[in-house]
Amino acid sequence: MTSLLSYGSYIPYHRLRRSDMQAALGASGGRGSRAVASYDEDVVSMAVEAGSAALRGQRCLPERLYFATSFPPYLDKTNAAVVHAALGLDRATLAVDMAGSPRSVIGALLAASEARVPALAVVADIRTGLPGSSDEREGGDAAAAFLFGRGTSETPELATVLAFASTTEEFLERWRTPGEKASHTWEERFAEHVYRPLAEEAFTTSLKAADLAPGQIDHLVVSGLAARAVRQFAQASGVRPEAVVDNLADRIGNPGAAQPGVLLAAALDRAGAGENVALVHLADGASALLMRTTEHLLSRRSPTGVLGQVDGSHGELSYTAFLTWRGMLDREPPRRPEPDPPAAPPTRRSAGYKLAFQAARCDACGAVNVPPGRVCFACSAADQMSQRSLRDTPATVATFTVDRLAFTPSPPMVAVVVDFDGGGRFRCELADATPADVRIGLRVGLTFRRLLTADGVHNYFWKARPLHEDGTRL
Amino acid sequence: MASRGICDRVAIVGMGCTAFGEHWDRGTDDLLVEAVGTATQSTSVAIDDVDAFWLGTYMSGVSGLTLSRPLRIRDKPVSRVENMCATGSEALRGAAYAVASGAYDIAMAVGVEKLKDSGYSGLTRQSIPGDGTGGTLGTTTAPANFSLLAPAYGRKYGVDEDQLKEVFTRIAWKNHKNGSRNPRAQFRREVTRETIACSPLVAGSLGVFDCSGVSDGAAAAIVVRAEDAYRYTKRPLFVKALSFVSGAADGNVDPGYDFTTFPEVAASAREAYRQAGVSDPRAQIAMAEVHDCFTVTELVLMEDLGFAPRGTAWKDVLAGTFDLDGALPVNPDGGLKAFGHPVGASGLRMLYECWLQLRDEAPDERRIASTGKTMGLTHNLGGGPGECVSFVSIVGTERS
Repeated sequence: MTSLLSYGSYIPYHRLRRSDMQAALGASGGRGSRAVASYDEDVVSMAVEAGSAALRGQRCLPERLYFATSFPPYLDKTNAAVVHAALGLDRATLAVDMAGSPRSVIGALLAASEARVPALAVVADIRTGLPGSSDEREGGDAAAAFLFGRGTSETPELATVLAFASTTEEFLERWRTPGEKASHTWEERFAEHVYRPLAEEAFTTSLKAADLAPGQIDHLVVSGLAARAVRQFAQASGVRPEAVVDNLADRIGNPGAAQPGVLLAAALDRAGAGENVALVHLADGASALLMRTTEHLLSRRSPTGVLGQVDGSHGELSYTAFLTWRGMLDREPPRRPEPDPPAAPPTRRSAGYKLAFQAARCDACGAVNVPPGRVCFACSAADQMSQRSLRDTPATVATFTVDRLAFTPSPPMVAVVVDFDGGGRFRCELADATPADVRIGLRVGLTFRRLLTADGVHNYFWKARPLHEDGTRL
Repeated sequence: MASRGICDRVAIVGMGCTAFGEHWDRGTDDLLVEAVGTATQSTSVAIDDVDAFWLGTYMSGVSGLTLSRPLRIRDKPVSRVENMCATGSEALRGAAYAVASGAYDIAMAVGVEKLKDSGYSGLTRQSIPGDGTGGTLGTTTAPANFSLLAPAYGRKYGVDEDQLKEVFTRIAWKNHKNGSRNPRAQFRREVTRETIACSPLVAGSLGVFDCSGVSDGAAAAIVVRAEDAYRYTKRPLFVKALSFVSGAADGNVDPGYDFTTFPEVAASAREAYRQAGVSDPRAQIAMAEVHDCFTVTELVLMEDLGFAPRGTAWKDVLAGTFDLDGALPVNPDGGLKAFGHPVGASGLRMLYECWLQLRDEAPDERRIASTGKTMGLTHNLGGGPGECVSFVSIVGTERS
């Protein structure tokens, strides 16, 4: 097995209060909130955000990309290929989906950690259910990414994988046929009964392989959608109660396939050097992954971390907006023509710009051309361009407007003209912001989004998003 | 290599213009027949005398057949032209240059647009297969694109939001007031400043009344050699300048562009003034019809057209300089604000007001003051800030 070299997470900006959901349906109660992927996000765009966070500043680039989700935007077509393109990975890098069930995440983590070449596991999920359901209320949306490989002096190991064990069993606990809007579940007490021995066996086997006792686990993540079973195992695992990592459910909900990733990242965020981290995921059996952190973790992990994203600035969302975004509330469309889907040949020709946000820097005069063109806007030199991605380059708002007429599932649309540090101008929407947030001089970064879906084609492209006051990403 | 212009080489000797509005009962063909018919009836030219036609339409038809079919024009060339919102002006250029070249004795420019058959409000775009990045004018609407000018202008020249809103309101109020006196206008009521200022926001600081409407309409002009002009009318309009600039579309690419001007308009104005020999437009131009698609556009145009120094047009607007009885009346017919904007027709509708005003045929209630100035200007813009095409014409009653 190889080692963990870096990781990143992504929690979308919007939060929906459970009490608001309950109140809208005439019920009372509801504690905390859930994270909600914006109308222009999906698991692919969130995977790009998490993947970017994991690869930011990395010299080691993955030669394999495993993408796990329970909610793939495409069938037949590889979703991971979009992530691959947006992350600007090499053409020789394999990108594959592990899609369909929340268990897929284990496959992605294991495949990446066991690969003989540097490999990135990206997990992302959007969870919802029928209005008023527990799945809708308790679900969440998020993404996380983990880069595995052999450590070097430039890219040291943050943690090593100690052991892995798994149990698999077929039983009817949670299921959904393709096209269904919501999952079916059996009684929770049944899940608790079935999962208990499966989780214990996987965990015990992994501990034995690593020659560890439960008491030596410093950080235990227990994940899975069967809440009772998860709670029960965390208590019965023999691990010290304070070592059990908070599942963040009260603040972001349970992001399904992404939950193990997000919580593993949260555990790594809080771990010290030389500590043992265990992940136990309950889904159609159970899987246990044990890791030990190194001294490099502390200096190289993101200062923001999962909790920074969970508790950082976020937007309150109304339940009706949530239902609209998830297609549960079919609202009157604007009296405008339907948008056109992107066409395949032009999209392929401009993939470097559209997906990886490659701009062209003029070799003759240095001007940055966005989108890349063949003739420089500044000096008219032709075909003397070098491509460079501005994905991670901050920018400043030059002017802006609030478009109350434009079609958007989240009106009004905030539109900005932004100038990148070091050159280049881009006109786009401002995501995760209200009209009150925008002003000339606002600092922004790029964010990968799904602009729209037309005729079954998802149109991915970039928007701007406010940066923190200190210049870091939200 | 030089742009030489055709100052005083061709003249407009007949014009027609339909009423602009929601013509639910009339189609593109009806509008064309009426505009062409009134143009020929305004002078002693029969349609069979016309040697060549230029038809401007943005999206109401393709090819010259759009005109030759309804009018049963036989064995004549009809060129269909398109240049976004400057399409009507593009038709005039084609006709004027064709006559100036000597190729034809008589040419006709026709512009038409039938927008109200689409079922949508606002303009719809023709769909060209694309990569989904939307170009720079992609996802936002036209009012939003133009409203980008407002915060940039305010910030650069120290005009606060309330002052700017007052300026925009004044422009809308003026154009509606002028339009209320025009039987061809779509909106023929004065609108109070309070109504304008309090209208629901559409984009940025622009409210509903800061935006021009959507309408149907057509207009036509007959062009002959200048030396032949008096054979057809006692009061021809001589073409002094026709300038057109298609921008490099770099305003949304170049951080050097600051969204307080349309450089394409400034360039096309400079060229037009050069062709016409105008050195002080504010003093020499009797009236101007400009592309007030949005109130903020008209404000910025006043500076780009050289009617006011940079950063000062807002004061002129408030001072009434561009009112019907001001020093330089702008949009005395009511502009796009009162007429709506049937894309292919607007450029020629602007020319029609010059035709009426400079030849003393405008009705008394909206006639501009007699100042001895003989030149009028039309300005037609397509696209938006940072990425546009701009047309400027200057016409006059005197041939030098």
